[in-house]
Amino acid sequence: MNPFLALDPSYWQVTTLKGIMALVVVPTGAAIIVFVFLFKFVSFMHSRLGPMEAGPHGSLQLIAEAGKFIQKEDIAPDAADKRIFKLAPLIVMASTFLIYVVIPAGPNAVLVDLPTGIYYVLAVSSLSVIGVLMAGWASANKYALLGGLRAGGQLIAYELPMVLAVLGVVIQAGTLNLQQIVLAQSGGEIFGFSGLGNPYILTQFVALVIFMITIQAELTQTPFDMPVAESELVAGYQVEYTGVRFLLFFLAEFSTAFGFSAIAATLFLGGWAVPAAWDIPTVAMHFAGPAILLGKTMIFCLFIFWVRFSFPRLREDQLQKFAWKVLIPIALANIMVTAVLKVAF
Amino acid sequence: MTAISDRQKLAYVAAQASDARVNLELETEGMILNIGPQHPATHGTLRIVAKLDGEQVIHAEPMMGYMHRGYEKLTEVRTYPQVTTLINRIDWVGSFANEVPFILAAEQLMGIEAPLRAQYIRTILFEMGRIANIILFLGDMAVQLGALTPIFYAFRDREYVLNQIEAVTGGRFHPNFDRIGGVKDDFPKGWIEDSLSAMVKVREFCDQMEDLLMGSEIFQARTRGVGVIPPDVAQQFGLSGANARASGIDWDLRRDSNVGLVYGDADWKVWTHPDGDSFARFWVRLQETREATSIVDQLLGSIKGGPIMAKVPRIIKVPEGEAYVATENPLGEMGYYIVSKGDLTPFRVKIRTASFNNVSITPWLLRGVYVPDIVTILGSLYFILGDIDR
Amino acid sequence: MSSSEDTTIPVSESPAADAPSEPAAPVDDLREGLVERLTELLGDGVVDHHIIPGKDVWIRVTADAWQHTAESVRYTLGCRYFGFLSAIDWMPSPWGRGMEAEVDTIVHGKEAKELPAQTTGYAGGDTRFQVFARVANIKDHFGITLKVDAGDETPSVPTWTKVFAGADWHERETWEMYGIDFVGHPFLRHIYLPGDFEGNPCRKDFPLLARFVKPWPGIVDVEPLPGSDEPGSDTAGSDEPAADASAPEETA
Repeated sequence: MNPFLALDPSYWQVTTLKGIMALVVVPTGAAIIVFVFLFKFVSFMHSRLGPMEAGPHGSLQLIAEAGKFIQKEDIAPDAADKRIFKLAPLIVMASTFLIYVVIPAGPNAVLVDLPTGIYYVLAVSSLSVIGVLMAGWASANKYALLGGLRAGGQLIAYELPMVLAVLGVVIQAGTLNLQQIVLAQSGGEIFGFSGLGNPYILTQFVALVIFMITIQAELTQTPFDMPVAESELVAGYQVEYTGVRFLLFFLAEFSTAFGFSAIAATLFLGGWAVPAAWDIPTVAMHFAGPAILLGKTMIFCLFIFWVRFSFPRLREDQLQKFAWKVLIPIALANIMVTAVLKVAF
Repeated sequence: MTAISDRQKLAYVAAQASDARVNLELETEGMILNIGPQHPATHGTLRIVAKLDGEQVIHAEPMMGYMHRGYEKLTEVRTYPQVTTLINRIDWVGSFANEVPFILAAEQLMGIEAPLRAQYIRTILFEMGRIANIILFLGDMAVQLGALTPIFYAFRDREYVLNQIEAVTGGRFHPNFDRIGGVKDDFPKGWIEDSLSAMVKVREFCDQMEDLLMGSEIFQARTRGVGVIPPDVAQQFGLSGANARASGIDWDLRRDSNVGLVYGDADWKVWTHPDGDSFARFWVRLQETREATSIVDQLLGSIKGGPIMAKVPRIIKVPEGEAYVATENPLGEMGYYIVSKGDLTPFRVKIRTASFNNVSITPWLLRGVYVPDIVTILGSLYFILGDIDR
Repeated sequence: MSSSEDTTIPVSESPAADAPSEPAAPVDDLREGLVERLTELLGDGVVDHHIIPGKDVWIRVTADAWQHTAESVRYTLGCRYFGFLSAIDWMPSPWGRGMEAEVDTIVHGKEAKELPAQTTGYAGGDTRFQVFARVANIKDHFGITLKVDAGDETPSVPTWTKVFAGADWHERETWEMYGIDFVGHPFLRHIYLPGDFEGNPCRKDFPLLARFVKPWPGIVDVEPLPGSDEPGSDTAGSDEPAADASAPEETA
């Protein structure tokens, strides 16, 4: 008997709980990525050890970093437009939080089960572009301006392939709702064999590749990190930000990475679910779901950061050409093929 | 072997021209951007004043002098051994290589030839300085382009070479080891075996760089066709070293000039590349590193015993005369023109540094490129601020 | 001046040099030929020359022929490679240059020593300032050092930028350091020093400012070498070499 069903929380209690969950999960996602990938993974790739002092093997380094950022002086450049300058990181952070709202982590564990789940995610993730442009213009710094404008062009250019790539999955699943997509993958079958469910990575591999590339660009990670080109623009649109505001940009970047990886896991690997043929009771899935989702998310995060630390960066015109002339046609072709095959089979 | 077809060149020029037309119609003014003097991409305090039109450079000009130390005036009041200490610091990454042309010029004026073993030691340390210098370049160029990993490998593998230089001379960057008439000390025990294994590691590093960076399509897209220098322009500006050889000029002072170093005793090759773009400069330097390890191996194998210092007086007075000696330093051609009046100190020393000429081409070269290309081109020309600013 | 008899003459790059069988004055055909060609092209422009056989050649020309020299050297003699361009100030330094102590303290009020006479170097010179440049022929592997008298009070020579584009920065540096005006240079301005700097630092009568701040102490006590008794300077001839000739030999 499920002990939790005896409770009957009211609406405001549930909402508060969900709000707290969001506030906890979002930075935690960023923290996990930063520690595992930015401190340790990249260090091992560089044949060095990374932070080892704070805590065993540097595990408390994050606390030190957060503390460092928080205790800094809150300054803004003299010539900057103060209100917009201070608002920009909040907008970028807001778009990150909004993404986490629809990601399902278990049979009931979703903050808001929107019927237009994935459509909502794509729409909301574009809000960060406004924040970046605001940061670029309001900083009163030519480097920030260059970075912000580059970011504007790049982020908008790579929205389209992302949408088109996701469309393939949506056509195959027949729904926009993320929870339904998970269940469709877990309950599906491949040519009659239901032991693995039907993870869309098998049929939508092209879409997955395009989606991962566009995530890389949306997060302004190398090879698409022209806006934050460290050796040219010295942090681009974030150059005038320090202290908590920079921490917000930083957190937003890595939380978004975590969030998008979770979405990729949901769309292509089956999210929190295991194949229905394995007959695992739902009660167990309430607890195991988030853990499974975490595992699948980390796989995608691994790819994102592995690519990030391996490649040089593309020039702005080269990455625009890549988006418009290569990714979009391939994504369109993928949609057509998916649609035809869906109707045929 | 050339990878840029004429069609691609035409397409590039046509794109530039159409951009220019649009700008003329819209009458957008240029934005002036200061790149430097504090900037991660300029190797030191170089300031580039770029007039930009969006992302394109209308006019870019380097402003130097933030590190000018007045060496040419200082050398007039320093004795020859003291000058050796000073000039160590011109190209601080090339360590031993700075001292050699000066010492050779002084020896030419005095009519002394260093013993054979000293010449071997000089050449070996010279090549090790070259290896250390170019490994830094290979990693650094990657960082300019955004690849964060190769530079760590570069610094890690440079340590082997720098440890060897330190074992002999006592200094990693400023050895101050060359003396008029020979070198200061001999190799310590076991140095030769350690150096041979260091060379093996350097070769492994070069292979890693080739896989990691040169094969990467993104690297090629960023560097091929960027910053093309035709050979005649290169000669006019006095471009030297790998920059000239990457434009197809077959000229290497190690082979073509006749100074007191023993390159003739080793079997090695001069690498050139016909393209003249940033990729070519990277490629030539990578091959040169391998070649340098081969030279060191051969010389270490064939070095014989003997004195390391010729008979020179304690207090050195160089006879009257003028001499110019230039050697193939890691950055290019570095030469010292010594005018001596028979005193303890030189009368005038003109220091001809490679980076000064290499960077003088940038106003010509940076017209019409994109902002990211500025960084690529500067990275591929590879200058050291101490070399420009003396 | 180093006498060519004592040096071991290395293998000369010039294809027609005589073998060193006669130690007195081997003839350097390549460089003699260069001087002849240049004299043909410039006529009276070539004032003097100096050759060290197997090593180098110095040619001094008049200021009027300076630009034509550049063209001849580049187009006819094939020296398309521009080495450098700079200047020499032949005036002996009024501050003295020896290593005796307190010689620079004339800035601090002592009497100045008597200046030695002004002498010039290879290929002579008539004026205080001389501009010199180095070009090289890459194919045939030789280089030429060209000198020109610039003048005493207001030195000036024509520019080389029309022939060698790289001379631009070198002439700016020479103008900045010596005050030599290059006629025809597109834009002579400071390259190392700040825009409002007054004076020409490399001139001999421009003092080394560091000496104003702190007097030069001269030779301080030098540690004795192992094996010799007293510290300080022996100026007599050849002493012990700096390193023992029988130092442990490291064989391969």
